[in-house]
Amino acid sequence: MLEIRQLNKTYGSHRALTDLNLVIPEAGIFGLLGPNGAGKTTLIRIINQIIEQDSGEVILDGQQLSGDVIRKIGYLPEERGLYKKMGVWDQLIYFSRIKGLTASEAKQRVTYWLEKFEISSWKNKKIEDLSKGMAQKIQFIATVIHSPRVLILDEPFSGFDPVNAAMLKNEILELKKGGTTILLSTHRMESVELLCDQVAMIHKSKKILDGSIREIKSRFRPLEIHASLSQLSQELPAAWKIEASEEGKVDLLLPLEGQSPNQLLRELMNFGEVISFQERFPSMEEIFIQQVNASGHA
Amino acid sequence: MHKVFLVIQREYLARVKKKSFLVATLLTPLIFPAIMAVFVWIAVEEKENQSLRVIEVVDETGLFFMESSDQYAFSSSVENLEEAKALVNSGERYGALYIPKMELSAPQGIQFYGLENPSTSLIGYLEGALKRKIEDQKLYAKGIDPKVLKDIRTEVTVQALTLGDAGEETVTDATVNYALGFLSGILIYLFIFIYGNQIMQGVIEEKSTRIVEILVSSLKPFQLMMGKIVGVGAVGLTQFLIWVLLVGTLSSLVMGVLGMQMPQQQAMEMANPELIEATPDTEELGAILQVIDGIDFVSLVAAFVFYFLGGYLLYGALFAAVGAAVDAPSDAQQFMLPITIPLLVGYMGLFVFVLQDPSSSTSFWLSIIPLTSPIAMMGRISYGVPFWELALSMCLLVLGFFGTTWLAAKIYRIGILMHGTKPSYKTIWKWVKSTN
Repeated sequence: MLEIRQLNKTYGSHRALTDLNLVIPEAGIFGLLGPNGAGKTTLIRIINQIIEQDSGEVILDGQQLSGDVIRKIGYLPEERGLYKKMGVWDQLIYFSRIKGLTASEAKQRVTYWLEKFEISSWKNKKIEDLSKGMAQKIQFIATVIHSPRVLILDEPFSGFDPVNAAMLKNEILELKKGGTTILLSTHRMESVELLCDQVAMIHKSKKILDGSIREIKSRFRPLEIHASLSQLSQELPAAWKIEASEEGKVDLLLPLEGQSPNQLLRELMNFGEVISFQERFPSMEEIFIQQVNASGHA
Repeated sequence: MHKVFLVIQREYLARVKKKSFLVATLLTPLIFPAIMAVFVWIAVEEKENQSLRVIEVVDETGLFFMESSDQYAFSSSVENLEEAKALVNSGERYGALYIPKMELSAPQGIQFYGLENPSTSLIGYLEGALKRKIEDQKLYAKGIDPKVLKDIRTEVTVQALTLGDAGEETVTDATVNYALGFLSGILIYLFIFIYGNQIMQGVIEEKSTRIVEILVSSLKPFQLMMGKIVGVGAVGLTQFLIWVLLVGTLSSLVMGVLGMQMPQQQAMEMANPELIEATPDTEELGAILQVIDGIDFVSLVAAFVFYFLGGYLLYGALFAAVGAAVDAPSDAQQFMLPITIPLLVGYMGLFVFVLQDPSSSTSFWLSIIPLTSPIAMMGRISYGVPFWELALSMCLLVLGFFGTTWLAAKIYRIGILMHGTKPSYKTIWKWVKSTN
């Protein structure tokens, strides 16, 4: 479990993090959301001990983060790169050794991962001779080579083609199953809804929202209803959006406009036979935008 | 510490394994002997292929008899200038020299006609020959035999010796000292620039690819910076050693093939006194060897290595700081000034002050201040420097190294994490002052 307690960080007069508290549970995927400049990178850098916080604590498995604990963290920065002129093998061995593996451990793990991704034949290739997707695989291996307990991924899917993105997703899920705690920083909401168990939203250095995805969604009242009608008997109100219409059946999107779903259902029944009636929950993206706008105006 | 070693190892191997390193290391020393060989070859060829140039002399005074040489022959087959010009035009003569009737006290109106621009060496040759003739004529006019004058001319050389504390005498020679100071100063200057740039490029690469963020979570920025500086320095030393070996062997090979003598061979001949007496030329060589013998090479080499490394480390940290402050090599230019200026001052100072007068006060200060001392002190050292000055300069260089490294580490630590905005000197100063 990774705990962030009352974390503060300022750069000169600019507040990057204000009294931030987070609990990132073990063996789960935690989504860190927020627009650019919200303080995500600062938080990640503090967890990685690249920079020091002004006050507050980062606690991993009950221990304050220190040089030894850092070995348990794997970090994939957003804009990635490897040494272009260095071979795949040498590069992976170097990163493993820097992360504290012994020479023999490093060899064994690099061999394992290269075989796992079926890329052993790339061993002696230089990074500059690899395609972008290939290089990203190598970078992912470099991130997880020392079997970190905590994996920090900053926009992991950016720049991946669909095939490699699917592969990466499977790897992330597999690592999660293996007990790795994963912190995923992103503003791509579709990956958040697909992968994350919990999320926290940061905006202007402050946490504005956190919880499990289901919990957050239920906290936001649905604003619209998906409904289908057959045997249409009269003209529909202009506010109701017709999404599709087949022979004798229309799919509608109805704004609630302050009514309860039951009131709307009663009204709907006047227009024909109700086949389906379902709340449409806001997507994480809508919640995200709504929250950012709300706190931005506050 | 063990991780710093990993960084050093990577920096070293990544560079040494590159093909470009191999090419540069092997080709650079080949260039010098190759250029030497080409020049010698051209000179030899030219001498062999050059046909004798015949010059028609029209001498209206009747006083000048021009002596022919390997390159030029003189004839006087025609009576007047017009005929001589015709000979030149027809190609029978290379040129025509016209000496009109004139007062020997004020020779005027001597002309040379040719189809092409005569070389300065030909004009110089003609002027020299005519001057000697006129002077001889004047001597005769005053009743002096030129041969007497020749006998009077005397060659004088002064041997310079320095007195040691214990009263021992060492033969010195400004030329040898000049060459040694010149060479070692330039080498240090080039080394700092070439490898300092490599440090900077390396830092920029790690910064722009974010590799640095992965690395500094495992080791301190300072360790990473020092690892890079030491690793790149080791590459430079390796290259330098290979060059010394290659240049040595290749130069002696080339010289051997072209029939010249290398110091080793001369030294061997020196050991044989009969040869010294046999060839008067070797007497001069003996003097040079005596001078070289008088230089304390162990301390000279030790000082060279010290200033070589000290200067590199001092500036290396600054190059790393510049690399950390910018996003791309093209942005680095604006921050290069504080590095280039003191280096250039040291470099220019070496020629203008130090090598001219090694013990002047300007030379003293240039060789004491850490930013210029690595280059300037090497210009003084072969002339002999008082111990306290050397000790002061070395101590200050070590202090200077700590100073620039401390400064650079502060800039580096923050700079490597800054992206997007181009920093100004003001922001960099803020980084230096910030405590965290």
